[in-house]
Amino acid sequence: MELKTVQTHHVPVRYFEGGSGPALVFLHGAGGVTADDPFLNALAKTHHVYAPLIPGYGDSEEAPEIRDMLDFTLHSWDVVEALGLKDPILVGHSMGGMIAAEMAALAPNDLTRLALIAPAGLWDDAHPVTDMFSTLPFEMPALLFHDAEAGAAILTAGRNVEDPGFLQAYLVTNARQLGMAGRILFPIPERGLHQRLYRIKARTVIVWGDSDRLIPPTYAHGFKKGIAGAQLVSIPEAGHMVIVEQTAAVVAAIAGLG
Amino acid sequence: MKFTWFNLMPWPYLPDDFREKNRSVWVDIDQKLFDPAKSHEVYNTYMDLLEYADTLGFDGVGVNEHHQNGYGIMPSPNIIAAGLARRTKDAAIVVLGNSIALYNPPVRVAEEFAMLDCISGGRLVAGFPVGTSMDTNYCYGQIPSLTREKYNEAHDLIIKAWTTREPFAFNGRYNKLRHVNIWPRPIQDKPHPPVHIPGGGSVETYDFCIDNTYSYSYLSFSGYLRAQALMSGYWKRVEERGVDKSPYRAGFAQTILVADTDEEAERLYSEHVSYFYNRCLHVYPGFADAPGYRTIKTIQTGALSQYAPPTGGYTELTWKELTEQGHVIAGSPETVRQRMEDLIKGLNVGNIFCLMHVGNMPADKCMYSTKLFAEKVMPKLRDMFPDWADDNRFWTSPLDKRVTAGRLPKDAPTGAELAQTYGVEA
Repeated sequence: MELKTVQTHHVPVRYFEGGSGPALVFLHGAGGVTADDPFLNALAKTHHVYAPLIPGYGDSEEAPEIRDMLDFTLHSWDVVEALGLKDPILVGHSMGGMIAAEMAALAPNDLTRLALIAPAGLWDDAHPVTDMFSTLPFEMPALLFHDAEAGAAILTAGRNVEDPGFLQAYLVTNARQLGMAGRILFPIPERGLHQRLYRIKARTVIVWGDSDRLIPPTYAHGFKKGIAGAQLVSIPEAGHMVIVEQTAAVVAAIAGLG
Repeated sequence: MKFTWFNLMPWPYLPDDFREKNRSVWVDIDQKLFDPAKSHEVYNTYMDLLEYADTLGFDGVGVNEHHQNGYGIMPSPNIIAAGLARRTKDAAIVVLGNSIALYNPPVRVAEEFAMLDCISGGRLVAGFPVGTSMDTNYCYGQIPSLTREKYNEAHDLIIKAWTTREPFAFNGRYNKLRHVNIWPRPIQDKPHPPVHIPGGGSVETYDFCIDNTYSYSYLSFSGYLRAQALMSGYWKRVEERGVDKSPYRAGFAQTILVADTDEEAERLYSEHVSYFYNRCLHVYPGFADAPGYRTIKTIQTGALSQYAPPTGGYTELTWKELTEQGHVIAGSPETVRQRMEDLIKGLNVGNIFCLMHVGNMPADKCMYSTKLFAEKVMPKLRDMFPDWADDNRFWTSPLDKRVTAGRLPKDAPTGAELAQTYGVEA
């Protein structure tokens, strides 16, 4: 994966690009994405992958004027346009799934293939989505992974948590990334998507890990019900980070879109 | 010097095992621990204590705003302030403050503060906090990274509403108002009531205060010794900006407990101090600082949330440590005087918010300590800054002639008396 920059109306956008095959745009979750992401690299074996960073993520410039759901949705279409893509396969995970669903609902005639992987965006009082903003770092692995121990190793890999500079860098990254994510996810990750889902025309696959403790799998049914003809792929032994824990199964589900 | 007697209004009935059995005193505190019937006496006692402080010559009585909080049962400080405006005579009513990003529209704050200023005869000090992350983000659902933008807009709207003498339209991002025309408006209109901004080390707030001639208040529970770095940062900024260094540009909150001797202070008050630091400040760290609430610039200065406990937590701190490290200033009048002098000189602060009710302290002990401070300490600290004695930019300008509550005759007049008064023929 190569890290590149493309100019958009609001800010220069950083994106990862790699692989060959049909064009595929991946929108990352609130945790962000890196060049060595196993899911991106697996997708790149069969697709030409573009993975733009939301402003404020990684080393990308912040965009204070992107404030609400419509801003995020239009900006993401701006990125697709700036990359010179027409009707790419659109894949979104978690927060990225929420944005992807909004994009598909906003411009239903511009998109024919959509994959929503444990997307945010709906709310059910009986099954509240966990508040990730007040979750402490040490609680994250159990929330995000089916196998919490392996998850903890992934989350802390290459990081020296004893380093005094680590905390400050961690806080700055959190403020930049989750501060931005909070604009559509805080305090409740729902911005009216349920009343727009009916507009989606794309062939849609919904992918969910059976042990997702951040956004319970019951939400899959809300998406399936809302999007005509959507297919649901449930994946065992996978949590919210299903793209890391069961990478091949998710890639196979996306391949089904054609 | 301006001394404001401040009450956080803690709930005094948190159980002994509160820390062990509960994850937080704030946001998701156990509903069952609040007893509405008991609160009747608690509220009235706390208001009585604030009124008592007025009779002893404190310059102000202070209230603040917290939500879903076991150490502050004052979600609406304006309700308490309204009672105080009626029942106190001379003290400034220091509302520190209203979290203006939470009011929709914030014109409500302009109106309620105007009412308080009118009822009190021009005794209002208006505080505009951004609000803690617990209150603003986790309890009231504001989006962390947009809170400051919304706060700034609310501030601009309130000041414009106070100072504009004709209806105007306000096209903000968060407030779309066609007819802003507050009625009533404050008595203090040169140009508006004094404004104090509670801050916890956000560098942007320094400039905001300097630009607008507002007083910067550092409300910390960790005492004056630990506040040195933060306040030095503020004064450095004041100097850089080339404005005067009036001590009234700054305020500081300090827990103060006075007794006859140092030993008596420990004997009388240590359990209440322990209650405050061990139970009341037991905040779940996940609520302390929502990502995006503080700016990158502020995080990079290394200022951690004031709710981040010291290493090892407060449980480890004994009375001796709490007093020696300055979290609490306690002891005989002479001990307290000396330490207060250190604080006032060291931080260069003209406004002291005296936290004289601590944790689950009963009223009799609180009155004892308060009276000793007012009579034996305060007079000796009055003239710490003679050069700035006339600086009234940061304090109230009340009406000279004010009415007080209860001044009407006990009984209604008779018809004959009215006829006499108004000259109507019988």
